Amino acid sequence: MNTLEFTLLVGLGSLLAGFLGSLTGLGGGVVIVPMLTLLFHVDIRYAIGAALVSVIATSSGAAAAYVKEGYSNVRVGMFLEIATTVGALVGAAVALHLHVSVIAIIFGLALIYSAFSSLREKSEHRSDVAPDRIATWLRMDSSYPTEKGMTQYHVRGVPLGFGLMFGAGVLSGLLGIGSGVVKVLAMDQAMKLPFKVSTTTSNFMLGVTAAASAGIYLGRGYIDPGIAMPVMLGVLGGSLIGARILAGAKVRSLRLVFAVVIGFLAVEMIYNGFAGKM
Amino acid sequence: MTGPNLRQDQRMDQIMAVLLRSGVLVAASLVFIGGVIYLSRHDLPAINYRVFQGEPQELRTVGGILHEAAKFHGRGLIQLGLLVLIATPVARVLFSVFAFIYEKDWTYVAITMIVLALLCYSLFGGGGL
Repeated sequence: MNTLEFTLLVGLGSLLAGFLGSLTGLGGGVVIVPMLTLLFHVDIRYAIGAALVSVIATSSGAAAAYVKEGYSNVRVGMFLEIATTVGALVGAAVALHLHVSVIAIIFGLALIYSAFSSLREKSEHRSDVAPDRIATWLRMDSSYPTEKGMTQYHVRGVPLGFGLMFGAGVLSGLLGIGSGVVKVLAMDQAMKLPFKVSTTTSNFMLGVTAAASAGIYLGRGYIDPGIAMPVMLGVLGGSLIGARILAGAKVRSLRLVFAVVIGFLAVEMIYNGFAGKM
Repeated sequence: MTGPNLRQDQRMDQIMAVLLRSGVLVAASLVFIGGVIYLSRHDLPAINYRVFQGEPQELRTVGGILHEAAKFHGRGLIQLGLLVLIATPVARVLFSVFAFIYEKDWTYVAITMIVLALLCYSLFGGGGL
């Protein structure tokens, strides 16, 4: 395989990953690392560097579309970014001292969790929760557009959400993923944000969290232009195509297929980690 | 939250969307041009990425990357594009600082400055972490 073939194959795989990731809402980043390590035998550190870059690209591209719709809560996002960026710096620092096999095993476990949570049914919780002292002081309460016009909502559980966000940041810095699943968990479950608001605010935060880790990975020499180039362009292109056809697509069965693929990749990563083949 | 404040937030969102989209567009163009130059000069067998070596010093630091990109080296241009991409969310945070100053929301000016400081630390001094 020469450089041109390698670049085209990685680019094509990334295009597909970005496309499926955008359609299913899981993001293309989660499958980039397993694809590069298991299929192309790339060292996991290069793979994480390239995946981080693709997370920033898709998150910034999608966030541009989301912020216009007025769903995301900028104050909640900015406050929680303190937790995620500190977490990302910690995660990236810890990654330096962990054996690649350990990182592969943690990655596999995170993948399994992502696959499971993508299949869970999401139900909108009651939006009439009482105001919270910390959230009121931080002026986090806001409103978002629904069929009934602008609907007010209150934010709760700020300390728990902040703690969970720190964890999301650590995972992002350690594994090079967006940790969107943990972010939505923190905002949806702990802070009781409406589902649409938590999803879009999480997406809006992914880029900042990934940028914090990417700065460190770049400085350490983990971001290789030869790998990151096809991955970034592929995932970005794929996610743009996915966003175009999202409106009319039947996502449920596709999400199931994608979750099975991710589950399979997760098991293989964990196996390789234990077998010391990373 | 009061009405005028909400409208202000929405105008801030619109500018942010343009900022994010332009950043990604510039980054992708640089990476693409760099990629074409890189591939046109590489008909060698693929580099073995199984063994981790780490990037050379000139592709790790902001100054080094700018220097390499100025020479129109493929790898340098790709790296510059990636740097622009990493800088895009940073620029968004910087923009938020000014937006919150304009709104005289000093709590959030402080919060946003903390995030900005953490990002700058990672980009300029985090390599040794």
